[in-house]
Amino acid sequence: MDSHKLTALVVDDDRMVRIIHGKMLNSVGVKNQVVQNGKEAINVHLSGQTFDLILMDLDMPIMNGIEAIKELRSMGICSTIAGVSARSMESHIQEFMEAGLDEYLEKPLNISKLTSFIHKFYVTN
Amino acid sequence: MEVGQMQRQWIDYTRSLFIEGFLDAQFLQLEQLQDDNNPDFVVEVVSLFFQDSHKLLNDLTVALDQKSVDFKMVDAHVHQLKGSSSSIGAQRVKNCCIAFRNLCEEQNIDGCLKCLHQVKQECCLVKNKLETLFRLEQQIMAAGGSIPLMELSF
Repeated sequence: MDSHKLTALVVDDDRMVRIIHGKMLNSVGVKNQVVQNGKEAINVHLSGQTFDLILMDLDMPIMNGIEAIKELRSMGICSTIAGVSARSMESHIQEFMEAGLDEYLEKPLNISKLTSFIHKFYVTN
Repeated sequence: MEVGQMQRQWIDYTRSLFIEGFLDAQFLQLEQLQDDNNPDFVVEVVSLFFQDSHKLLNDLTVALDQKSVDFKMVDAHVHQLKGSSSSIGAQRVKNCCIAFRNLCEEQNIDGCLKCLHQVKQECCLVKNKLETLFRLEQQIMAAGGSIPLMELSF
C-alpha cells in the first residue's frame, strides 16, 4: 500500500512531540490526527474512527501507553501500533511489547525510522 | 554585510553548534520538515520546547526543595525533559538529563541539585545559541538570501 493512502493516530502527552510526529507523518504523505493520552485514543476509536497506524507514547497521564494498547486490542483494534518512547531499558520495552505492540521505536523519531516502520508493515506495490 | 558573507557566517556558526555538542542530527530533522507551508516550523517548535522546559525546570526546583524528596516524581520530570530535548536535538541538555536520571535512581539529593543547576545552564546556553542562529537567518532572509542546506559532514 502506498503511504499516501495510510492514516495514523499520534498519541503523546507532549505537545511538541505531537507537532513533530504529525509533521513527519505529513511529510511522508500519511494523514494523521493527534491526541494527548491513552484515554483520548480509546475515545477516538469509540467514536468510530480507525487508523492504519498508531504511534503510541509510553508515559502519559490519565492512561499510559501500555493500558491504552491493552484496551485497544481488547476492543478488537487491529491497527499497526508502534510504541514510541525515550525509555531504553529492556524490561520497559518488553512490557510495552507484551501489551500488544507491533514495533518499538526509540525516541527521538526521525523520518528514516518512520519510513522503515511503514515499509515493514505496508509494502508498496 | 553582503548576503554571501552572512551565509558563510551562518554555516560557520551552525557547524560550531554541532561540533560543540549543543545540537545533534535531530535538529536537522526539524529543518527538513520546514517548508513553504510552515516557514517558521523550527522556530515554533524550539519556542515550545523552551516554554515547556521552563515549566519542567520550575517543577524540578520545587520537587527537589521538599523535605522528603519524591525521587519518582523528579525522575518523571527529568524523563520528560530528556524526551523533549532529544526531539529537538538539544544534545547537551539531553546528556545532562541522562546523568540526572542516574542520580535520581541513586536518590542522591546533592547530585540531583548539582545536575539541576547544570541542566538549567545548558538550557540557557542552547537557548542563547539558537536565538543567535535564528537572528542570523532573519538577517539573511531580510537581505534577500536563502538559508544554505546543512549536512553533517564533520
